[in-house]
Amino acid sequence: MRSTSALLYLSGVTVSFDGFKALNNLSLLIEPGEMRAIIGPNGAGKTTMMDVVTGKTRPDSGEVVFDGRADLTKLDEANIATLGIGRKFQKPTVFENHTVRDNLLLALAGLRKWHRLLLAQPTKSEGDRLAQILSIIRMEEQQHMLGARLSHGQKQWLEIGMLLAQDPKLLLVDEPVAGMTDVETETTAQVLREINKTHSVVVVEHDMSFVRALGVKVTVLHEGSMLAEGTLDQVSADQRVVEVYLGR
Amino acid sequence: MITRFLWQGMDRNLRLFVLLVLAVGIALPVLNQLMPPGSPFHVPAWLLQLIGKYLSFALLALAVDLVWGFCGILSLGHGAFFALGGYCMGMYLMRQIGSRGVYGNPILPDFMVFLNYKELPWFWYGFDNFGFAMLMAILVPSVLAFALGWFAFRSRVTGVYLSIITQAMTFALMLAFFRNDMGLGGNNGMTDFKEILGFSVQADSTRAVLCFASAFMLALGLVVSAAIVGSRFGKALTAVRDAESRMRFLGYRVEGYKLFVFVFSAAMAGVAGALYVPQVGIINPSEFSPANSIEAVLWVAVGGRGTLIGPVIGAFIVNFGKTWLTGALPEVWLFALGALFIVVTLLLPKGVVGLWGQLKARSQAKKARAPA
Repeated sequence: MRSTSALLYLSGVTVSFDGFKALNNLSLLIEPGEMRAIIGPNGAGKTTMMDVVTGKTRPDSGEVVFDGRADLTKLDEANIATLGIGRKFQKPTVFENHTVRDNLLLALAGLRKWHRLLLAQPTKSEGDRLAQILSIIRMEEQQHMLGARLSHGQKQWLEIGMLLAQDPKLLLVDEPVAGMTDVETETTAQVLREINKTHSVVVVEHDMSFVRALGVKVTVLHEGSMLAEGTLDQVSADQRVVEVYLGR
Repeated sequence: MITRFLWQGMDRNLRLFVLLVLAVGIALPVLNQLMPPGSPFHVPAWLLQLIGKYLSFALLALAVDLVWGFCGILSLGHGAFFALGGYCMGMYLMRQIGSRGVYGNPILPDFMVFLNYKELPWFWYGFDNFGFAMLMAILVPSVLAFALGWFAFRSRVTGVYLSIITQAMTFALMLAFFRNDMGLGGNNGMTDFKEILGFSVQADSTRAVLCFASAFMLALGLVVSAAIVGSRFGKALTAVRDAESRMRFLGYRVEGYKLFVFVFSAAMAGVAGALYVPQVGIINPSEFSPANSIEAVLWVAVGGRGTLIGPVIGAFIVNFGKTWLTGALPEVWLFALGALFIVVTLLLPKGVVGLWGQLKARSQAKKARAPA
């Protein structure tokens, strides 16, 4: 295992499903504090890459190192989440039978062991942290509402709140603006930039105007490998990128 | 800390319900013992036995609901844990017969003499002690549940596959217990019990105490289950039920949660079985039959899955119907059971308890509309 200063280091990662190579010798470096946008046509391997990083899928070969020391190919989802990698899914998944507050409580960094939770009592610092997050996501009034009764937008906000509660070092965000209006898209870009002040973020997105609004370094994936990397203007000018993706 | 743990899950309805269970468990035995047989308030012994049996079924239903209703594990093998607890009690009761058996052997139960056993098999040692037997009634189902759960949950076996495994487990145990060389009574099982803790199992006073004991254990089961469900562990548990992979990505090791609740539930089913056997006076391998486990799931569905009161009510309703119908129209019972399953699935997804909630919501809506 190589030692590296990068927060996330992928090298030569290959994943195949029944002979189809979802990732093909993919290498990627995310620096601490960075925000990176990952784009690419359908089937480029964006979601598979996230599955590999979060432990859902084991790569056939290649290295995945987090924080310069943890070999993610050997750990399961719970371990990886505890190390400090949070994931937001494309479709908002909140716990529908729990209140907004309990959703945040479950996500709050700290207690995870079942035997500790049996006797756990709410503490003041947890209460303060919950109040703080509720005010950031502007859901103080809905805190006792069940997850199932929230609107689509409110669920997205709650899920962002849950990620804040989890306080990961690296945040993986899968298509955060799918199905959002232009105004909501702009707000989400602002929120992500705000989160990026204290967390590293990887955003997978289709929406070019959103990626432009983020204004960060862009990685283009194609058929499981990296095709180009640079600012959005640089990659947009790349002839190969235009062929596989933008030119369609 | 323990008292706070036990109180945290108790809301007003549940407190009232636990008191009701205890009141029934005290009133029936007292009315049986203190009222003269001619009095209209006298509770006959057969009724005590019947209610005592229903109470132990209710505890089994609660155990099923804890894993199914709150953790989403549909176990179709809880009857096995119940039967194992019952067998532990049965072994104790067999040892109490002593030399009063047909063959008069002071050590060996009748079936062993009949099968030419020369000495007591090793796994019968200790079962002459009530405390040891009760410990086993809890431990044996727990260990089996732990072993099964350990492998199944770690390998992420879920849903219908897990249901099939649990069903196969109870079926395999049934076949094993049917064999005479298991040393557990073969297809005849164990019966002709004489005494429990020195009291005749046939006596009204013993039935009264057993009925109370069943009510007490059910009440205790309700309180502890409520504490588990009401704790932060319980919140995590229902979250695992609703979105398991999301919990993994939040850093929860889901297997631990499932395993704890599965083992606890198996222990509760074991206790229920141990209470059941002295009241019906027999335990045999048919208690392992897959249909029994499925019936227990049906009690929960009828009463209301994912509530604590529901399974108790469901166990009473279905078993009352069974007692009545198998007496009045025996050939109709299985059809009634099937019909009940269809009706509940189609019309009462939340069971009887859920229906009550629906009616309440409707009457409130009507009240809200009335002034306008």
